[in-house]
Amino acid sequence: MSMTLEPTALDAVRADIDRKAGHQRLWFFGIMAVILAYLAFSWVQFDIGSLRKNWKPERASLFLLDTYAHKDHVTVRWSDPAEVDIRFEGGNRLIYDPKPDWYAADGTSRTVSFANGGTITLYDDQVALDWPGQDETIVFRRDADGVPEVAKHPRPLWTDRTVVDQYLADGRWFDGLPDDMRPDTTGPLNGEEWAQLRRDVAALGLDQPPGLPDWIRVTDSKVEVRPSLYERLQVGGSKVEIHRYELGWKYFWFDFDSPLVDTGLFGALGLIVAGERVVPDMSNLQLVWSEFRDNSIWGHGAVLYAMLETIFMALIGTMIACAVGLPLAFMAARNVQPVGPVRFALRRLFDLLRGIDTLIWSLIFLRAFGPGLFTGIFAIAFTDTGTMGKLMSEAVENADDKQRDGIQSTGASTVQQHRFGILPQIMPIFVSQSLYYLESNTRGAVIIGAMGAGGIGLQFLGALQTGSDFENVAYIALLVIVTVMLMDAASARLRRALIGYERPTD
Amino acid sequence: MTAILPEHLTQLEVELKRLQRRKSSYTVVAIVITVAIFMVGVDMANSANATPFSQGFRKIFDFPIDMFKLSWELGFVKWANRVVEFLPDLILTLNMAVLSTFLGFVFAVVLACFASQNIMRSTVIVTFTRRMLDLFRSFPEIVIALIFLYLMGKSLLPAVIAITIHTTGALGKLFSEAIENIDTKPLEGLQSVGGSWVSRIRFGVFPQVMPIFFSYAILRLEINVRASTILGFFGAGGIGQALSNVIQWRDGGRVTAIFVLLVATIIALDYLSDWIRSRMIGRRT
Repeated sequence: MSMTLEPTALDAVRADIDRKAGHQRLWFFGIMAVILAYLAFSWVQFDIGSLRKNWKPERASLFLLDTYAHKDHVTVRWSDPAEVDIRFEGGNRLIYDPKPDWYAADGTSRTVSFANGGTITLYDDQVALDWPGQDETIVFRRDADGVPEVAKHPRPLWTDRTVVDQYLADGRWFDGLPDDMRPDTTGPLNGEEWAQLRRDVAALGLDQPPGLPDWIRVTDSKVEVRPSLYERLQVGGSKVEIHRYELGWKYFWFDFDSPLVDTGLFGALGLIVAGERVVPDMSNLQLVWSEFRDNSIWGHGAVLYAMLETIFMALIGTMIACAVGLPLAFMAARNVQPVGPVRFALRRLFDLLRGIDTLIWSLIFLRAFGPGLFTGIFAIAFTDTGTMGKLMSEAVENADDKQRDGIQSTGASTVQQHRFGILPQIMPIFVSQSLYYLESNTRGAVIIGAMGAGGIGLQFLGALQTGSDFENVAYIALLVIVTVMLMDAASARLRRALIGYERPTD
Repeated sequence: MTAILPEHLTQLEVELKRLQRRKSSYTVVAIVITVAIFMVGVDMANSANATPFSQGFRKIFDFPIDMFKLSWELGFVKWANRVVEFLPDLILTLNMAVLSTFLGFVFAVVLACFASQNIMRSTVIVTFTRRMLDLFRSFPEIVIALIFLYLMGKSLLPAVIAITIHTTGALGKLFSEAIENIDTKPLEGLQSVGGSWVSRIRFGVFPQVMPIFFSYAILRLEINVRASTILGFFGAGGIGQALSNVIQWRDGGRVTAIFVLLVATIIALDYLSDWIRSRMIGRRT
């Protein structure tokens, strides 16, 4: 179609376009304003402003550090300076014997060396820190009262309560402190006044010994040294503690006191394939497996079994849902089930099963079965029976009736009509949905497990709640993610192999 | 009629028999595997469970009946008050879901553009974005939520973060599949008049896929309401947390009040999302 536009007509078209564009712009800004208002509302409702108060950066960095590094604790008591205790992760029975190679001792001193060339040397009455970037050795010791201090950098006078009281009694004030910080009193300070003064001083950064790097903090009861994330020294009144971090998950394959402790994964595989028996009465395969399983630091046996439990929870729950849901779906489909009230009742049953949701089902089954797999299996099965029933009954109703009519014309029974006339049509949907439920239930089973049903979810919650074994938290999290990804990939593969295409799903 | 069949028909019959045999052997294998998994799993469950199956099965409805009795004793007016009492919590949970669906939607739209081969030339970027979306999708919400809950203290944000990440992954994958199925002619047209990449997407892609996007997002919203309730149960706030509190106190009236609120909300959302989606893209199965 061709037409020539008169100038006036063109103008009209342009005006029309402009008007529409103007409307669109108005709509756009209107929607943007609504979205912004909503975000602002959510900001207030979720109290995100106060989050900075609750956010624990110290905890977060420790958590992160612990997930990829491990630490060794060196502990020495002032009362018995020759007795040096070195433990892996500070664990109760994980004591190094013999001592690791980064530790050396002679008659008068004991030295811990670090990867960056720094050393901490423990003497009977003091601790010396030689650190790259520091010209001089920094020495920590205890003063006459047993309070730890930095030897070359005495703490400011005004951090000593007796000195402050003396100054106030004498009517003097410190040159290094602002005058307005001076309490309005001559007598000894009470607890409240003293605490206030300490706070004011700390706010100005005047409570630390001058000339010290800022990674050394001196408090009333201890000296805390943290040159970087990987080293930490605490000098206290009764003991000295050193944390020495190293990258990696130590003892991941084999435990501290396993005969295979120095054998890595490949070493162990080598032993299995070709190697002398390490323990005479056991084959190497058995030994490697049992040592791996009974690793007390990582608890592989328990963790892997829990993972298996979770997978089975999802698998069996999904199986039951499919096995029960499909027949029910047929009974709820208009073209199969002529009785209206039965259809109606089944439909409402599906709604109810789905509506009650996994959360409530889990709570109900937890009360009945106690912690264990049945809880998870039934919670999954009940919810998904509802979902499956609803979805498949719709699929059955949408199936083409001609095929069934054809089979009916051959004199087939009702069951045969459904089996050969309808089932093949809905099979692709059924298979792909079942696999999709399996994927999503694997994630669901982790959650139900954490609610108390057991499996990997509970292990994860437990590891997190101990508050110190973050490497175990990271290990379990990683295991869960890898398993879920594998399940996803396997199910996608199976879906493609069975029905030839991948339905877009979750 | 004599039974002398042409050669090719005989072959066909042999082939058909062979296929049938193969099919039935597949079926047998599948059934054996299924039964084996089932047996192993039930055995595992029976040994792991505190209460044996038969005993637990009889008690399934003890708890709900118990809670119902407690609520019945309250009388309707008092019980209705309990329902009203938890409305603010319910709204909070709903908003958690809405916010994380919204944020996930925005991220997913952006990432989906980078994950679609037909509008993103670089295979490297497409593959990378897809793997990233797969990773996001695989992250179980509970893992992220619990870690952040631990780090941030009890707050709503961990749940929002966790659900947003999962939503981004789930929607992103669906969106990129939708984008890859579009008609590319509008894109070519826009390119021919010098449209930039952004304007090609804005005017060539979005108008085609937006209805599908919204329909997926509404389905996701329904899933996310369930998820935010569950995460609330672990301390993220909202009606889930309220439930975890009252269930410890065995406060029957409040427990049933929350149950009813939740079930009603989920069923209502279910119908609402069905209705909206059928209006948006027509009925699909």
